[in-house]
Amino acid sequence: MSEPILRIENLSLIREGRPILSNVNLEIYPGQVHALLGLNGSGKSSLAYAIMGCEGYIPDEGRILFEGRDITHLSITERARLGITLAWQEPARFEGIPVGKYVGLGVNPPNRERVIQALEAVALPAKVYGYRSADKTLSGGERKRVELAAVYAMRPRLAILDEPDSGIDILSLGEIATLIRRMAIEGVAVFLITHRDELVESADLVSLMCAGTILFSGKPLEARRYFLSRCIPHLEALGSQPWDLSKPEVREALASNGLLQLMAQPGEREDGKEQAA
Amino acid sequence: MSAVVKLKHASEDRPGWVSEMAALLEAYRQAGGEPAALQLPQVATLVVSSNTVLMSHEVPGIHFDAEPLENGVKATIRVEPNAKIEHPVHLCFGVIPAEGVQKILANYEIGHGAEVRFLAHCSFPNAVRVQHLMEGTIYVGKNASLTYTEEHFHGQMGGVEVLPRVKVSVDEGGRFTTTFVLTRGRIGKMVFDYEVEAGKCAVVEMTTKAYGHGDDEIVVKEVVHLNGEKARGLTRTRVAVRDRARSQVFTTMEGNAPGARGHMDCTEIVRDQAVAQNTPLVIVRNDQAQVTHEAAIGSVNRKELEALLARGLDEDEAVDLIIRGMIR
Repeated sequence: MSEPILRIENLSLIREGRPILSNVNLEIYPGQVHALLGLNGSGKSSLAYAIMGCEGYIPDEGRILFEGRDITHLSITERARLGITLAWQEPARFEGIPVGKYVGLGVNPPNRERVIQALEAVALPAKVYGYRSADKTLSGGERKRVELAAVYAMRPRLAILDEPDSGIDILSLGEIATLIRRMAIEGVAVFLITHRDELVESADLVSLMCAGTILFSGKPLEARRYFLSRCIPHLEALGSQPWDLSKPEVREALASNGLLQLMAQPGEREDGKEQAA
Repeated sequence: MSAVVKLKHASEDRPGWVSEMAALLEAYRQAGGEPAALQLPQVATLVVSSNTVLMSHEVPGIHFDAEPLENGVKATIRVEPNAKIEHPVHLCFGVIPAEGVQKILANYEIGHGAEVRFLAHCSFPNAVRVQHLMEGTIYVGKNASLTYTEEHFHGQMGGVEVLPRVKVSVDEGGRFTTTFVLTRGRIGKMVFDYEVEAGKCAVVEMTTKAYGHGDDEIVVKEVVHLNGEKARGLTRTRVAVRDRARSQVFTTMEGNAPGARGHMDCTEIVRDQAVAQNTPLVIVRNDQAQVTHEAAIGSVNRKELEALLARGLDEDEAVDLIIRGMIR
């Protein structure tokens, strides 16, 4: 196997006094779709923001290596210029910025054809959408497609897609899955945060995140099984994350399934493989 | 009233007309206008340089009456009832010298059922100390529609004072839409003062966009009285200030009749040592009326900024793009 394009080592992040990410270890390879699955509030988006370098998400411990280079303290712009980008779960709205211009922002040198191609890849005809503003007049689903098109047009080395399926109608999921696979075929490493089976199944590898820690990495089917049997019952019992691990009843519920021990020993994964040191 | 100007190239025989016209057309272009449009026979035009009407051209349904004042022009623009003016009426006001005062007394009368659009460009490209004073009245007749778009260019010196004060009355079922744009070059000092009375089922929509640099001063005062039943009003203010520029936005919306609906929407972006202030005033005098407002003042939204940074833009490029988009 080739070298990982992204390696996350023992990453921890505390925000407002609460641990958000704890000893996260992860590797993503070029041309790979690596899905991240987890309950709401488990830290998936926080990990995406930490990789992108967003304000307030610079880790307290650990490192982020991109193509072997430590990027932990690089700015968002510097990371983007290395080839990392992020499609936000709830993309910002931009008054007065046409969709075509927004999609082309990361295309360097400018290439109109690539913008048109990217819009078509998300089923938005450039003639209809190119000159519309990327503002609140777009529906949630349209705005999400524009965000995906902008990432695709940029041809990044690493594309972080934070729930690209949310707000997208069920009939369009296939198009999104096709685009994600197309990006991987073109050599892009795709880090995909999702809840949808249709997208999880298209991943090469799936990691499960719980309470800010990666608990499991494996094939999609194994991950789904693990998620349904170990994670969903805790959601039903304990509610949305983040869980307050200082509460005895929370610790007891997690301990009954072996999850508390795993969280305490983040260097060892459920599948028994040692995580990257 | 002195000579009523109805001919194309109204003052063509005046000494220096050609050079003054050429200078004003260039100023018009700098303000965003398209000089060629002023020559089209199907387009009504009025071109005023300082206190001289350089060009005036009417089309069926619209009439200009203009007379010079000591420091400007008094003009009445009448649109006949039920006239549908197909092409936008082009207005050009300017002062070419570095110093001067231009006072425009303007009276717009839009007849019942008429439809007309105005594209006004005001340019003071060389201004070091120029005052542009405008006092206007606008009447929009029953079921008539007036769209008025005004764009300014004040050069790079910041030596312009623009003081428009306009009273508007929109009759039953009438529609008044105005957009004022001053986003290129410096502003100098601008006090934009509009007061609108909206009758039954009338619609008022006012958009103001300005970008202040240096020590520019922007004051926007907009008052909309929704006096008629089911009258509707919207004010949209988009202001960006940087360096030491100052902005004050005062918007008032009154809901005075059953079913009246009003909304005020103000966004101001502040950079460097600039200061922005927004004072919305909501008055409702009828229990079946509703007025809302929203305002966002401050630095560029972090989420918007990071979205652009993640495409490889640096912070200055991203902020500039957001501001340019907002005031576009």
